[in-house]
Amino acid sequence: MSGAMIDTAGAPKMRRGFPLSAYLICAGGIVWREGLRFVHQRERFVSALVRPLLWLFIFAAGFRQVLGVSIIAPYKTYILYEVYIAPGLVGMILLFNGMQSSLSMVYDRETGTMKTLLVSPLPRWYLLCSKLFAGVAVGVVQVYVFFAIAWFWEVRPDWLGYLSALPAIFLAGLMLGALGMLLSSLVQQLENFAGVMNFVIFPMYFASSALYPLWRVQESSPLLYRICQFNPFTHAVELIRFALYRQFNTDAFLIVLGCTIVFLGGAILAYDPARGLISRKRQ
Amino acid sequence: MKRLSLAALAAALAMSASPAFAYKVFVSNEKGNDVTVLDSDKDFAVTDTFKVGQRPRGIAVSPDGAKLYICTSDDDTIQVYDSKTHAFLGTLPSGPDPELLALSPDGDQLYAANEDDNLVTVIDTKTSQRLAEIPVGVEPEGMGVSPDGKTIVNTSETTNMAHFIDRESQQIVANVLVDSRPRWAEWKHDGSEVWVSAEIGGTVSVIDTATKEITHKISFQIPGIRSEAIQAVGVAITRDGSKAYVALGPANRIAVVDTKTYEVTDYLLVGQRVWHLGFSPDEKYLFTTNGLSNDVTIIDVASDEPVKTVQVGQQPWGVAVTPN
Repeated sequence: MSGAMIDTAGAPKMRRGFPLSAYLICAGGIVWREGLRFVHQRERFVSALVRPLLWLFIFAAGFRQVLGVSIIAPYKTYILYEVYIAPGLVGMILLFNGMQSSLSMVYDRETGTMKTLLVSPLPRWYLLCSKLFAGVAVGVVQVYVFFAIAWFWEVRPDWLGYLSALPAIFLAGLMLGALGMLLSSLVQQLENFAGVMNFVIFPMYFASSALYPLWRVQESSPLLYRICQFNPFTHAVELIRFALYRQFNTDAFLIVLGCTIVFLGGAILAYDPARGLISRKRQ
Repeated sequence: MKRLSLAALAAALAMSASPAFAYKVFVSNEKGNDVTVLDSDKDFAVTDTFKVGQRPRGIAVSPDGAKLYICTSDDDTIQVYDSKTHAFLGTLPSGPDPELLALSPDGDQLYAANEDDNLVTVIDTKTSQRLAEIPVGVEPEGMGVSPDGKTIVNTSETTNMAHFIDRESQQIVANVLVDSRPRWAEWKHDGSEVWVSAEIGGTVSVIDTATKEITHKISFQIPGIRSEAIQAVGVAITRDGSKAYVALGPANRIAVVDTKTYEVTDYLLVGQRVWHLGFSPDEKYLFTTNGLSNDVTIIDVASDEPVKTVQVGQQPWGVAVTPN
């Protein structure tokens, strides 16, 4: 961050091409700041873990008998409900993390920290991507701490599964983070963030395959089944679920990748000082 | 050159050895009146389903792997099939409603528990003649033959007893009272113990074969499952005697028991209403028949992990595996 700030002195001359080191310093600064913020906000770390663990320990235990899960890909045999919802809870961590990062952008804007970031001479899209990357890196750490605890709760994919799931978790994190970024450009004040909770996080989470397999949703409501299919969060969860069992879900991958590009493109446009919504809102 | 020929020899051995490990898993489907065949060489895919008599339950393969014996309960007979071609070879004369059967280690004699007439029928498999009928308790079910072939254990569901029968004299030499509704008798491979499961009692009684006394009683508790749903049925013990597996019926679980401590070490989730169990010849896998979900779950014995579940016919009940 500070490195990026220092570089601004020579900005007009270097505008056409910054050295790679400048980009790296900038990205490093943003990731470092996000990491520091995360480490210092211990309650955020704890609450980020408590939320999925409550679902795993209490909700899943209570619903274990009610929601018997039949064998569906990528599973080859019967599984406990805890095992079924684990990828959904990973999605939940990434979803909340993505939204929380966007919340922090609204906060940054209110407190003026955003200006410090945006004054950097590096391209705006690069700053946003670095910010997104930093948010996802924090989310990935949370996910693997969750996996470590869930292991004691009989959620035990094989060791290579944890590795093969990493790219899927990262891509899903990027998609949800980009969505959060896009939303943050629309949210003017911190208080409005409750609306994001009610209108984005909850519908996305509940109308997906995170808690129930889609065939079961289809049995009760074909309309809800359609909605779930159109929900990108469903595909993020399925991408992680398959990757965790060392399988590649091509459809889910393409949908998540496509959504990431669209959301990130939208966020970059929205944060563009010339065209974006941000500039208009400041008027 | 020498190295090359050694490598060629190793490759040839490996190639010739692989078919020897191929085996078939036969599953009797109680309601479908047929037998499903899974092939180990094809990742346990269903390779055939052939019609048999009515209500097939107890099923066993002859020690040489050539013949398949099936208790067709509602036909009151035991049917014999060729295990390679699945062709019908004939019937053996059991009593009414045969439920489970056991073969002597040499395969010459077959013992059938006839549920309706309280008799164990002894049949000569070579001549297909009935050699004897031994009166036992009410509703005989479980059948187990000692590794030396000298003692046969039958369990009677209503009398709640394990009857020890001497092969030579064809007489009951001891009766051991066990818990309610005993369904299966499994000998340890060293012949020292017989494990008898009790369905309603929800326990397994371990009987010392020398003293004919119960030395241990194993009970099961699964968090979140009511005790009435824990009904011990099929039992399988590894050849080295280190681990035992107990099917727990409507609890949809297999209990893994340490045979030294008699403690349950794990509960494995399988399909609904698991009945009976069968090992692969190399004991790498254990097959469970899941009566209500119409499938067979395959458990990796080394890791005690269910690895796969395969759809079979309607209401699978018994399972038998060819020796190789």
